[in-house]
Amino acid sequence: MIVVVGADKPGIVAGIASKLAENNANIIDISQTVVRGIFAMVMVVDISQCKVSLAELRRQLQEKGKELGVEVQAYHEEVFRYMERV
Amino acid sequence: MRYTAEEIMEVYRMLSEEQLDIRSVTLSVNTLFAIAGNLEATLKRLESLGGTLERFVKAVDEVSGKYGIRIVTKRVAVSPIQFFLESLSEEDGLEIAEFLDGLAQEYKIDYVSGYSAFADRGFTNGALRVIKTFADALNSTRRLTVMINAASTVAGLNFEAIKLYVDEVFRMPPTSSSRATIMANVPPDSPFVPSAHHGLGMPEATINVAVSGPGVIESAIKRSKPKTLRELHDVIKRAAFKVTRLGELIGRKVAERMGIDFTTVDLSLAPSPAVGDSVAGIIEAMGISRMGGHGSLAALAVLMDAVKKGGAMATSAVGGLSGAFIPVSEDSVMAERALEGYVDFYTLIALSAVCNTGVDMVAVSKSQGKEKVVGLIADVLALGITLNKTLGVRVIPVDSPPGSYVDLGGLLGRVVVMKLKDVDVSGFVSLAGYVPSTLKRLELG
Repeated sequence: MIVVVGADKPGIVAGIASKLAENNANIIDISQTVVRGIFAMVMVVDISQCKVSLAELRRQLQEKGKELGVEVQAYHEEVFRYMERV
Repeated sequence: MRYTAEEIMEVYRMLSEEQLDIRSVTLSVNTLFAIAGNLEATLKRLESLGGTLERFVKAVDEVSGKYGIRIVTKRVAVSPIQFFLESLSEEDGLEIAEFLDGLAQEYKIDYVSGYSAFADRGFTNGALRVIKTFADALNSTRRLTVMINAASTVAGLNFEAIKLYVDEVFRMPPTSSSRATIMANVPPDSPFVPSAHHGLGMPEATINVAVSGPGVIESAIKRSKPKTLRELHDVIKRAAFKVTRLGELIGRKVAERMGIDFTTVDLSLAPSPAVGDSVAGIIEAMGISRMGGHGSLAALAVLMDAVKKGGAMATSAVGGLSGAFIPVSEDSVMAERALEGYVDFYTLIALSAVCNTGVDMVAVSKSQGKEKVVGLIADVLALGITLNKTLGVRVIPVDSPPGSYVDLGGLLGRVVVMKLKDVDVSGFVSLAGYVPSTLKRLELG
């Protein structure tokens, strides 16, 4: 699960998506929401064929996020299953 | 999508903005196999711990990386050193202390906990050797911690242990005394230091997890603006559930990777000096404008009950201290209120009736003498055996006068020097021996 938070501007979706494609991570779903007036994008990504570990993918995405001026976080789906489901 | 954007953003907010993290993953490991009757053989056997520590550190780092969850500290709890010192000397104890500290440093373990002894009613030779050496043991190490259990509901309250303990902490600098505690009813599976040790009845090795999360609870209250006490209780309970689930996830995964038992999650809300990570901040969000004001105890009682009910649902096994911590220095709002005079020793003792810390991380001025500190510790431990609960005291004797503070930095924060009541209590605290166990003991059969 990838969360991107920052000012909305062109190129953010493309930037993050291309970084995922480079690593063979497959976007399953993508949605946008606004949190306290700030653009937020949520992506669900399949990393079963990913070339790198989630820790490394997160590092690369955060580096890309810096270039784009947005904050990027990547969490494993199990975190949501544990915290949001009884 | 299996989760709504709101759910995803809630988790994101907790983890990135509200300081939710795993305070500690603690490996609790049996070390009694190393008892060998002489120092050299003991240390030789303890060397085998290295491989376990290496696997532990690797497992924690991998889990933290995979899930994107910050794990603030890695700790190791070992069997109480008392058992080693039944047949070894005080000097040997110091050698073992330095050896364990060295191991922790080598493997980048933040704390190794278990230079500990049980002296609830009296002293075995081993317990006495621990008490007489722990100041030197802590003064010569950086990652070792000490716990003296000086009271229990079953055995009573040992005044002699308190007196010896106070003698020792008075000859320690804050960097050492902040790693020692004296307790009543210490649990065998605490993930927190200094109380952590590998208790009796535990398997060879287990993982115990401590969560953080005061910021999550405070924000949840502020966002929901509850109108009734039941709404307030419910908001806290729901947030506590989520906080504890994170501990359950991380504990399970680390244990799985190591191929050992995952034992417990400690439900305690552990504050840190970071802004927005304060238990006192929660009480103030509940409408007590200054922590320590009348109603603070009732508010803490509501908080505690809701945390326990939410937490109990979230983990298959609750362990450790499982209350709320109200350490003064490690909680920026508590430290501020102590400096302002809203929180004093009697406030902390009263709050101890509904939480689990006791008097934690408070400095006392050496100029006020040892006897009042003995009296203070006796007060808290007496509460522990009377209410049949875990409580402890972590005091830091300093040269500075009451009303000032000492900055220890990092997780330890600003330690406020609180004024002890200027009343002579020497007649009472000089009484010899131990307090017999209370009527609570008889309820146990």
